[in-house]
Amino acid sequence: MSDQLLNLTLHVWRQNGPNDAGRFETHQAKDITTHMSFLEMLDVINEELIEKGELPISFDHDCREGICGSCGMVINGVAHGPQKLTTACQLHMRQFKDGDEIWLEPWRASGFPIIKDLIVDRSAFERIIQAGGYISIRTGSAPEANELPVPKKDADSAMDAAECIGCGACVAACPNASASLFTAAKISHLSLLPQGQAERQDRARKMVAQMDAEGFGGCTNHGECEAACPKGVSLRWIARMNRELVRSMVRAEAPIESRDR
Amino acid sequence: MQRALTLHQTTVGKKLIMALSGLIIVGFAIGHFLGNLNLYRGAEAMDGYAEFLKGLPPLLWGTRLLLLFAFGAHIASAFSLWNRNRKARGSRYKVHKDLATDYAARTMYWSGPILLLFIVYHLLHFTILPAHPGEVYRNVVEGFQNPLIAGVYIAGNLALGFHIFHGIYSAFQTVGANHPRYNDYRRDLAIAICAVITIGNLSFPIAVLAGFITL
Repeated sequence: MSDQLLNLTLHVWRQNGPNDAGRFETHQAKDITTHMSFLEMLDVINEELIEKGELPISFDHDCREGICGSCGMVINGVAHGPQKLTTACQLHMRQFKDGDEIWLEPWRASGFPIIKDLIVDRSAFERIIQAGGYISIRTGSAPEANELPVPKKDADSAMDAAECIGCGACVAACPNASASLFTAAKISHLSLLPQGQAERQDRARKMVAQMDAEGFGGCTNHGECEAACPKGVSLRWIARMNRELVRSMVRAEAPIESRDR
Repeated sequence: MQRALTLHQTTVGKKLIMALSGLIIVGFAIGHFLGNLNLYRGAEAMDGYAEFLKGLPPLLWGTRLLLLFAFGAHIASAFSLWNRNRKARGSRYKVHKDLATDYAARTMYWSGPILLLFIVYHLLHFTILPAHPGEVYRNVVEGFQNPLIAGVYIAGNLALGFHIFHGIYSAFQTVGANHPRYNDYRRDLAIAICAVITIGNLSFPIAVLAGFITL
């Protein structure tokens, strides 16, 4: 592995708050090792900014292991940057060349208001989950492991859909800022498992209604979400969500109310 | 008081309406193309086919009403979704790179209105205000002998090709027909239907311009 040091020019979106107009600010990243992660490179820049008495660049992060879904920014026009199936925190500087210019922007969507710089408010996703992305379970001691048999194929499919970490890259990448891939992954994951059957009847209606109420766009089958998803969540779940919604509408006993944001 | 949520109020429901109405229109386009193949059999066959259709008012008007309904639903849903999707981005990206989408998908909002204008022109040209009422073959051949008119039909059918390429493929996905084992066939079927309709339709003005079909 090369131990070459990189010197990069960063154009970073800076925005002081939700109502600030925002602008790009240019920063130089000097002597960056290729072993650094992308977020570590930002940490280095931020230390320099703090030393100079300036405000550091705000960005979301938590586990830095690619599994929590906290981090995420649009790097050179691609959500989570140039490496496929990789979150921004797992992106390493060896993916860049000395002298590269890098443009950093937050997820841009009406459903994800910008809080500061590269941080957006993703609580819309929480409200979609609250609307129907849950199951009723018996609390208390752990259930018997094999009490509920799940066919291997269903368990695998449910796991594929459940890989979604809710980072929001699908919304960021979609030409319509649609949250269809996220919502579909959650609906599909639960509809495939026996534990998800109790609320299945209303789940798709409630979650799709909430998704729409949050101001996200509709799916136009471009496939940008699937290509940007760091977990490789498939478009097939959107087809499944559509089937679940029709099923949910046809079989529903009580109507649910339409929602406005 | 809030109203009960119905399917067509959701973005998914609107897409289902677009998919189903689009499939009705594509179904008509296939029949329309097959009927027009009579052009290659000569004036008698073409005019006879037109007479035959006019002799079946329930079929003729049933199809027209169904198409009017399908076009209305398709355009109304498209407009509603376009309006919604345009607002959903909020602020624009300074740098944006497409990873998966294609030309046909990105230009749906252009090919759609172009098609609508083309269809209005096409109806005025041959159905509502034909130069020689009842002489379908003559109207078509004389029309296409004018390079400008033939050019309009070629451009219109290219727009149709791009629109239904994404449309057919997309409609399968929207109605929920997505399975890893069959997705290749889904795309192949979309390409096949699109190719037959587009190449077939393009052949008519080209055949007239080339002198292969004459009065």
